[in-house]
Amino acid sequence: MSYRIVGETGEWEVVVGLEVHAQVTSESKLFSGASTEFGGEPNSHVSLVDAAMPGMLPVINEHCIEQAVRTGLGLKAKVNLYSVFARKNYFYADLPQGYQISQFEFPIIGAGTVILDMPDGTTRNIGIERLHLEQDAGKSMHDQDPRRTFVDLNRSGVALMEIVSDPDMRSPEEAGIYVRKIRSIVRYLGTCDGNMEQGSMRADVNVSVRKPGDTELRTRCEIKNVNSVRFIMHAIEVEAQRQVEVWESGGQVEQQTRLFDPVKGETRAMRSKEFAHDYRYFPDPDLLPVKFNQEYVDGIAATLPELPDEKKQRYMADYNLSAYDAEVLVVDRETGGYFETVLGRGDKGKTRDAKLAANWVISNLFGALKAESKTITQSPVSADQLGQLLDLISDNTISGKIAKTVFEEMIATGKEPADIVAEKGLKQITDTGAIEAAVDDVIANSPEQVAQYQGGNEKIAGWFVGQVMKATQGKANPGMVNKLLKEKLSG
Amino acid sequence: MSLDRETVRRIAYLARIRVDEDRLDKIAGELDGILDWVEQLSEVDTDGVEPMTSVTELTSPHRVDVVTDGQCPDKVLANGFDTFDGFFTVPKVVE
Amino acid sequence: MSNTLTQLTIAQARDGLSNGDFSATELTQSCMDTYGAARKLNIYITETPELALEQAAASDARRAKGEALGSMDGIPIAMKDLFCTDGIQSTAGSHILEGFVPQYESTISQNLKDAGSVMLGKSNMDEFAMGSATTTSYYGNTVNPWQAASGPDAGKDLAPGGSSGGSASAVAARMCLGATGTDTGGSIRQPASFTGIVGLKPTYGRCSRWGCVAFASSLDQAGPMTRTVRDAAIMLGAMAGHDVKDSTSTPIETPDFEAVIDQGVKGLRVGIPKEYTAEGMPEEITSLWQRGAGWLREAGAEIVDVSLPHTKYALPTYYIVAPAEASSNLARYDGVRYGLRVEGNSLDEMYMNTRAEGFGEEVQRRVLIGTYVLSAGYYDAYYLQAQKVRTRIAEDFTKVFEDVDVLLTPTAPSPAFTLDAKMDPVTMYLNDIFTVPASLAGLPGISVPAGLSQHGLPLGLQLIAKPYDELTMLRTAEVIERFAGFDLPVFSGREA
Ligand SMILES: [Mg+2]
Ligand SMILES: [Zn+2]
Repeated sequence: MSYRIVGETGEWEVVVGLEVHAQVTSESKLFSGASTEFGGEPNSHVSLVDAAMPGMLPVINEHCIEQAVRTGLGLKAKVNLYSVFARKNYFYADLPQGYQISQFEFPIIGAGTVILDMPDGTTRNIGIERLHLEQDAGKSMHDQDPRRTFVDLNRSGVALMEIVSDPDMRSPEEAGIYVRKIRSIVRYLGTCDGNMEQGSMRADVNVSVRKPGDTELRTRCEIKNVNSVRFIMHAIEVEAQRQVEVWESGGQVEQQTRLFDPVKGETRAMRSKEFAHDYRYFPDPDLLPVKFNQEYVDGIAATLPELPDEKKQRYMADYNLSAYDAEVLVVDRETGGYFETVLGRGDKGKTRDAKLAANWVISNLFGALKAESKTITQSPVSADQLGQLLDLISDNTISGKIAKTVFEEMIATGKEPADIVAEKGLKQITDTGAIEAAVDDVIANSPEQVAQYQGGNEKIAGWFVGQVMKATQGKANPGMVNKLLKEKLSG
Repeated sequence: MSLDRETVRRIAYLARIRVDEDRLDKIAGELDGILDWVEQLSEVDTDGVEPMTSVTELTSPHRVDVVTDGQCPDKVLANGFDTFDGFFTVPKVVE
Repeated sequence: MSNTLTQLTIAQARDGLSNGDFSATELTQSCMDTYGAARKLNIYITETPELALEQAAASDARRAKGEALGSMDGIPIAMKDLFCTDGIQSTAGSHILEGFVPQYESTISQNLKDAGSVMLGKSNMDEFAMGSATTTSYYGNTVNPWQAASGPDAGKDLAPGGSSGGSASAVAARMCLGATGTDTGGSIRQPASFTGIVGLKPTYGRCSRWGCVAFASSLDQAGPMTRTVRDAAIMLGAMAGHDVKDSTSTPIETPDFEAVIDQGVKGLRVGIPKEYTAEGMPEEITSLWQRGAGWLREAGAEIVDVSLPHTKYALPTYYIVAPAEASSNLARYDGVRYGLRVEGNSLDEMYMNTRAEGFGEEVQRRVLIGTYVLSAGYYDAYYLQAQKVRTRIAEDFTKVFEDVDVLLTPTAPSPAFTLDAKMDPVTMYLNDIFTVPASLAGLPGISVPAGLSQHGLPLGLQLIAKPYDELTMLRTAEVIERFAGFDLPVFSGREA
């Protein structure tokens, strides 16, 4: 189903391109030895280089170069063996140099592709135009003082990767999936922590609208610095709506930089400048071109982890998982690792039932973690413990239903599943005599229901099972209960 | 080409230098003189010539990723104008 | 005693200090006394007498313990105010940096400190090194200690050249034994020529730019300004060296420059580029140039006529590239973190007021030109074309240096002019017509005093060498110096 905005003149298509700014995982800044640590006293993670003192010079952090190359490889993009840092010149309170060192004509990474898995099972390919390295700016605080804006340069000079997509997205949903996918890839690679709350990832969203079937793009607006997936999706929705209204009322959408206000649910133009920006890019004469050879790239490629797309394919092929299940499990490296431990992969001859394992991780574990606001790495139930619980189900020690009770207890106490079963006496009753007695008892006490059953109402069989389970506190082996009931009722 | 007042006003704003109206013509004239003179570069045949992006043949040296700097807010702020509580300050910005 | 001490070269002072003929403190005091008698020259923006005496005493103490550091230990020098010095005001000659006290020491000043030299003060200069006369300084112009003996300018105050005019005048007037300069398009060599001293611009990358206020990053180089070629070799040795804090600093060893300077020029091929003449250049400069070639031939060099066909485009190229880089380098002077702030009702207004008041006319002019040539629609026609022509200019040199070892040219198209000379910007820029090409190509150049004009003003000859071949350049310079038999008249003092 295509996303369409219905206006007075009919349907409109939305066209979206994203510039995702991802903070490079590194100890020190892109061009200085100051720490990248989040927070801290104002102006404490600042070197004289970051504060643009006269005569200070940048020196490239080699790890940031490597991280950009890793990310480029993860995006299946072209790695450029020659790239150049350029200055983007503009004045702002949090830009101490009066220019941002970025890359312009020769970025370190060229074109690539990201594959989106859509909820309906289809996939969408989104083009990556480029990835370049650049410095972050400092932080301005406008609301601390009636007459002044405060400036903290702690973030000034932190390395960012700007990942620029082609205008390939056609709905807020696609944009959301794209950002999640980018986040998943950089997290797998360890090149960005993807933490949007702390601003480690944020996006400039380019939005335009057009009539379905049109090939020309109309004027776009850039919504700056949107810092959550939800806001990105919401911003696209309201901005596209706004543009449709402008066009339909006979107006012209102006090329603008806008801000998204999540509280009011609207975008507004940034205070317009008398003159448009003119960044006057030119190669930074304080730095020399960045050159490396193919061996360097190959060396990095050799250390790349299995990425979500490949992992998903493997789960589907090797474990016969559905695309949906596989995709949920590969969302990050930790979840995939957890799942594979539950599965017991590699532990000789002990591979557990993959579908069972996937169900337990996705429904039960995720549900419990969500309720407790914990991440998978903080799970009170270890992957090993969950594996043991699955073993108890498979060898008929407990039923699936009892297992849920045991699991709740595991979440609450962190105890081993076998111990919980023993302590609470939850072991499944498989003794035929005991089950038979309970079945006989129920039949004897329910003449009315027996009559119904024998009168052809087979649906009532479920009621009998329930009664027997109730009488055995759920511990009776459900298969045996079914079998005995059937025999006795028809007998 | 000849520089007009409007262009001078525009580049003066880009460079954030206040130029009073009564100086616009004088500056336009001076800049025009310089630009006329550098115009002669257009006569050099530069087809297929790479622009010089750096004087040396070297490539950028690299730093290892360790924290070696920072933690010196006193030095950073020492010459700041109207600093407050560890922050630099500027006239209030309305976005 | 004190007056004669200041007449010494660095090499002579080194020997005197090590023989115990005098102390670093006495030498330093003599320099300070000399300046005290001639404040009218306006050499320093900031004098540092306490620091100088402290450093001199420390040098004497080292020497007493037998721990002297080398040739520069105890040598009093002037430091161009473009170098940031820890705890000492550093202005770059600009109002916008008035009162700026760096919390760090530039690599060049640190290297000289580590070599034991004594800093007398921060010398005057054209604002942000933009100028050829030291007349654009916010702190007033420096006066050339030389005066014309005859002619229309006789008795008038002359410009020392620029931008390193304070350093040049200080060395020429015997107020220090050496001084640091920086050269972007000729700012060491042209004032050296105007004041009759030696000025050396090393190969781009030889001296660190870290902590030196940037004018045009792809051109700026620090270098020594001294009275002799030997002194230049000694002082360059103390300044040069690879610096990991400057990405454009070349990772090579610093040779012992002094060791080779007596080797002569026998067998060297010296190129005479035919394009190094200028309209209206006085005949005396052409004949001095020929005389210089004759000396080198006499000393055993082979003189070769060569051509550098793109020479005439060097100056216009420079006046696109340098202002473009400067417009960006000077963006950091915004009234927030250091220096001058002039308030306004908004952030933009504060920026505009601060930069209008903080930058002088020439700096504003270059920032505007630089902004223009980089701006949308003009970048390709101006900046990109200039960078391509720059490649052509560098290729000219590469080709010529396949055939010759060193080039000989005049340093400047005229002797020193008067301080009140009225010149439009382009005429002023023409001062650097012979120094700019080597700057664009990143090559080392040196100006050596070679004679006097008909009115008795010093004139320099320039030598240009291959990248990192300062050794050949110094050897050749020493021969010129020897033949010129040049000896500056003793500065007699012109009390204010
Ligand atoms: Mg952007
Ligand atoms: Zn960016």
